[in-house]
Amino acid sequence: MTHTTKRIIMNNIVMTLSTISAVIGMGFLFWILGILVINGVDALTWTIFSQEGAPPGYENSGLKHALIGQLLIVGAATVVGVPLGILAGTYLSEYGQKAKLAETIRDISDIMMSAPSIVIGAFVYAVVVAPMGHFSGWAGSIALTIIMLPIILRTTDDMLNLVPSTLREAAFALGAPKYKVIIQVVYRGAKAGILTGILLGVARVAGETAPLLFTSFNDNFLNTDMNEPMASLTVTMYNYATSPYEDWQKLGWAAAFILSMFILTLNILGKLFLLKKKGR
Amino acid sequence: MANILNGRDNLSIILDKIFAHTSKFIAVSILLLVAWIFTVLLQHSMESITALGFDFVTETKWAPNLEKFGALPAIYGSVVSTFLAMILAVPLAIGVAIYLSELAPAKLKTPVGVSIELLAAIPSVVYGMWGLFYFVPIVRDLVGGIGISMLTAGIVLSIMILPFMAAVTRDAMDTTPDILKESAYALGGTRWDVIKDIIIPYAKAGIIGSLILALGRAIGETMAVTFVMGNVHQISMDLTLPATSIPVTLANEFTEASSGLYYSSLFQLSLLLLVISFTIISIAKFYFLRRKRVGL
Repeated sequence: MTHTTKRIIMNNIVMTLSTISAVIGMGFLFWILGILVINGVDALTWTIFSQEGAPPGYENSGLKHALIGQLLIVGAATVVGVPLGILAGTYLSEYGQKAKLAETIRDISDIMMSAPSIVIGAFVYAVVVAPMGHFSGWAGSIALTIIMLPIILRTTDDMLNLVPSTLREAAFALGAPKYKVIIQVVYRGAKAGILTGILLGVARVAGETAPLLFTSFNDNFLNTDMNEPMASLTVTMYNYATSPYEDWQKLGWAAAFILSMFILTLNILGKLFLLKKKGR
Repeated sequence: MANILNGRDNLSIILDKIFAHTSKFIAVSILLLVAWIFTVLLQHSMESITALGFDFVTETKWAPNLEKFGALPAIYGSVVSTFLAMILAVPLAIGVAIYLSELAPAKLKTPVGVSIELLAAIPSVVYGMWGLFYFVPIVRDLVGGIGISMLTAGIVLSIMILPFMAAVTRDAMDTTPDILKESAYALGGTRWDVIKDIIIPYAKAGIIGSLILALGRAIGETMAVTFVMGNVHQISMDLTLPATSIPVTLANEFTEASSGLYYSSLFQLSLLLLVISFTIISIAKFYFLRRKRVGL
């Protein structure tokens, strides 16, 4: 056998293995997606949006409590986390730049982005839930804010960095003070990128379950008081799916479907914004 | 004229300072926050650290009713389930990455790549739910036992980290300049020659870094495994038995802890988990990945 034939055979073997693993990988993933869609669509009815949780066996049970709770918890986290993250990212890109302090903040944020979220839950339990004496929607929001911050911060930092420095220089040359340059020139130039960061950040925390388990806890009924324990789609999904009742499990699938579609939509929108930006 | 300019300048200078200081203050508070997290976890662990000392990580018995807290089963479970997940996911992820960066026809490259990225965004609780309802019965039929086991946890975990791992590995491979690859092809290299002699040497650090980053995520992953692991504190070579891991113990027991020592030992587990994943992610970041794309 010549050297060339050997190389070609070897090439074919590896390429086949690689294609097979791609097929296996994609197969698993589409299996999960397929199950999610089949079970989710099957469980989706109007009562899901119009009714609160009910004991197992009741006909009129829904996810209204979890949907509203989820919106409140994630909404509050977004309202706090986004501006803080953008400002911190602005410091890194516009003021700190390559300084040691800024680099350290970048590194720590990168690590925090992959750190276990359940630990954030334990931290918030210690500093919010224990002193207050009870679980609360606020505690859940605080945990999510902590998880969201490094994501928004790093994307803002990266996106502001992409704005050409000639734009800043032109604005400075016209006599504009730095904060005006940042707000009116840099932010405008990086609008699409910052928006993508926000969408991805919200998408990321919306799917978090672990940090909510012992912060916002759960509630089977509608509650809009953030000072009280509050249902979220993710924790509800966990509780219903691990329950032995079939109607609860079905609601769990509906929650999984709604949540996944929401998160996928945010991710797709985020990617589209970036593409549009690149296209220009 | 000078006056007008001065007036404007003063206001501008003040606003400028406010803006600069506020943004710096918030950025620095991220560092303080992380330090605070470590401090709080350490403080709450003190009771267990003083009461149990080093026994905490060597004791194999976890019996809250007897006030016995040995973390070894949880540590063992974390290590074994993550190890299983890595063994299964790494070859698949590398295969998918090779396929995406070198093999896939142009028409498939973007759609397959994007769907992998989207699958990485699906919340882990969904993977856990899928594992419980669809994978546990398969494991039960194939290897016996109740299906809720270390093995199931490892497999579900591997599938959960696969998209993330494949996406970052592909990104690392894609950093290889086209001109290098084209030169190798022009010399008559096969695709495998190009992969093993050009891409892997060029992107080695990035590929290893991506894999370790995925490892760091896997070890702290809670929801994908909580459904299928069983939270049984035991150390066994038999992978078909239920087991527990650090995050699984936390997720199951945090709201049930009744005594001070119980709480404290759970906080010590959190601290341990944070230190472990911080270390692993730091190794990936500083040793292999340096800078820099946003690690979503």
